[in-house]
Amino acid sequence: MTGYVIRRLAILPLTLFIVSFFTFAIARYGPGDPVTVAAGQVRDPEVLERIREERGLNGTIFEQYQRWAVRALEGDFGESFIQQGYSVRELVVPKMIVSAQLNVLSIIFVFVIGVPLGMLAAWFQGKWIDPFIISTLLFLSAIPVLVILPPIQWLLAVRFHIIPVGGWGGLIDIFWIGGVIAVPIPNPHLYLPLIVLTVPGFSGVARLVRITALQVSREDYVRTARAKGLTEATVALRHVLPNAMLPLVTAIGLSLAGIVEGSYFTETLLGIPGIGAFTFESVRSRDYDVILATTLIVAVFFIVMNLLTDLAYARIDPRVRLGASNVS
Amino acid sequence: MTTVAPASDLHSPAAAAASRGAVALFWERLRKKKLAMMSLVVIVLIYGGGILAPVIAPYSYTQQNIDQALQGPSRAHPLGTDRLGRDMLSRSLYSARTTLVVSVAVLVSGSLLIGNGLGLIAGYRGGWVDNMIMRVGEIFSSLPGLPMLILVNAALSPRVDEFAKWAARLPGGGGVVHDFASYSSIFAALSLFFWVGTARYVRSLVLQLRERDFILAAQALGASTPRILVRHLLPNIAFIVVLQLSATLGSVAGTEVALTWFGVGVQPPTPSFGAMIYDGSGTRTFQAYPHLLLVPGLFVSSLLFAFALLGDAVNDVIRDR
Repeated sequence: MTGYVIRRLAILPLTLFIVSFFTFAIARYGPGDPVTVAAGQVRDPEVLERIREERGLNGTIFEQYQRWAVRALEGDFGESFIQQGYSVRELVVPKMIVSAQLNVLSIIFVFVIGVPLGMLAAWFQGKWIDPFIISTLLFLSAIPVLVILPPIQWLLAVRFHIIPVGGWGGLIDIFWIGGVIAVPIPNPHLYLPLIVLTVPGFSGVARLVRITALQVSREDYVRTARAKGLTEATVALRHVLPNAMLPLVTAIGLSLAGIVEGSYFTETLLGIPGIGAFTFESVRSRDYDVILATTLIVAVFFIVMNLLTDLAYARIDPRVRLGASNVS
Repeated sequence: MTTVAPASDLHSPAAAAASRGAVALFWERLRKKKLAMMSLVVIVLIYGGGILAPVIAPYSYTQQNIDQALQGPSRAHPLGTDRLGRDMLSRSLYSARTTLVVSVAVLVSGSLLIGNGLGLIAGYRGGWVDNMIMRVGEIFSSLPGLPMLILVNAALSPRVDEFAKWAARLPGGGGVVHDFASYSSIFAALSLFFWVGTARYVRSLVLQLRERDFILAAQALGASTPRILVRHLLPNIAFIVVLQLSATLGSVAGTEVALTWFGVGVQPPTPSFGAMIYDGSGTRTFQAYPHLLLVPGLFVSSLLFAFALLGDAVNDVIRDR
């Protein structure tokens, strides 16, 4: 185990270096000199030269990367090219907080809904309920967020006024009864993004839980549990469920990836001030240091997340690390 | 999230001999699955429409008619017209063509050439070659796909555009080069990320075959490594790899639509479902002109749903063997 952990951790800095350099190079070689983007209408060579110096855009790509990386490690990602006077960090941090709240909430719902649904489908295997649940979920996860969101938005917000059209208001809202008693309720702004972000995720989780639950239920220890006279419910909850949860560790990473990718569209369409919507705006306005920063933040988050799930999986299932050392 | 199954326990590749028998057997089993057949019909209809777009589309995808903008379905325009009075049916057919070209190109270059090639080499050579290829794959697969694709495309596509504009000024051939250029950035970026899965899968297949007698025999007779890879290993895994790939076509198509929606994929005037969906996606727009979103949305959803069903059925058949 220790060897595996060390091997995986040793490759982490290398991965981070390759990813950040790759991202940096792409952003620097992007369309339009970043200097002219920053200068706006100005085309005076002297001014351009000054901006180049100020922003550290002079010298070879390696020198630029070195300067940028040293500052990035201290948390300084430069200044926005478009919203001048604001540091990228100032702009990105509040948006990260919004996105993080939404994504964490989504991932919780993905598992809270997905696991029982998958168990339910496995429980009813051979009856109509199983294929019904599975094909409905398959259908729901096949429709892209960007197709399904506007109709739901129109139906719930415009047609029936159940929820706000879009925007963000934090997690908790206060509901006043008679203007006197304050009751904290979940913010209605949350419903729409949560629906759209969790549906593909819990469909996937439910299908995975179903498959593993069916595999587990053919194991000897499950037959033993039945043989000693336990009820079907006890067998399902105490013997099948815990073992069917194992592969879910990897599903956390996959679901989170789906949620983060879905956020790009959800946040943009619903006007939620998160990382996704911000990236969309930055791509449109070619604000390279912002795109660079947001991509890197998401990339680092993914890499660390993947590492953690792999390590967790290796801890749970010894075959993973043994297999890895056999092959290499 | 499509099927999540460790590639190693799927089947033994020996059974996947590329003989006629295996293909026929597979087809026979798949044909019994009604849902899979229906999905296949949907895919063939949409992609067939894309291939035949220049022949069957009633209008050109750029032909504007402001007088008839934003109309609902009518006899002249079965699926209505968009903001500029362009025929929605024609645009959808040409968009299907775009999706088809991009996804097939990505599969051929990214998965079949890069993924298959690297997987073969990694599995057969083993040792440090294997280690290096797999570590690079690990780095790629630990990256967030969509954000990286957005970045790569945002950087690449204007360059390609410049090149296309330059090429368009050349005498002759401008049209072809321009068409190619409008697809190429998205196609290059997607290939960069879609090879890893195939490489891993092919490698796991090769690992199972590598020690078998016919490979040992070939080695004993002094066959060169490229010859063993291409003549002995590849034919044994080709069919199963192609099957596996056909199941992932949907995710390539979905990513193309998503990237174009974001404004970094296929560039106008080349039509794409992504751009059409984006045009129809405001709440007010949807209230007033629902067909702007529903037409491309239905095409994309049914295509992706059909791919998901077909992929599941194909995986079932492979696993059952």
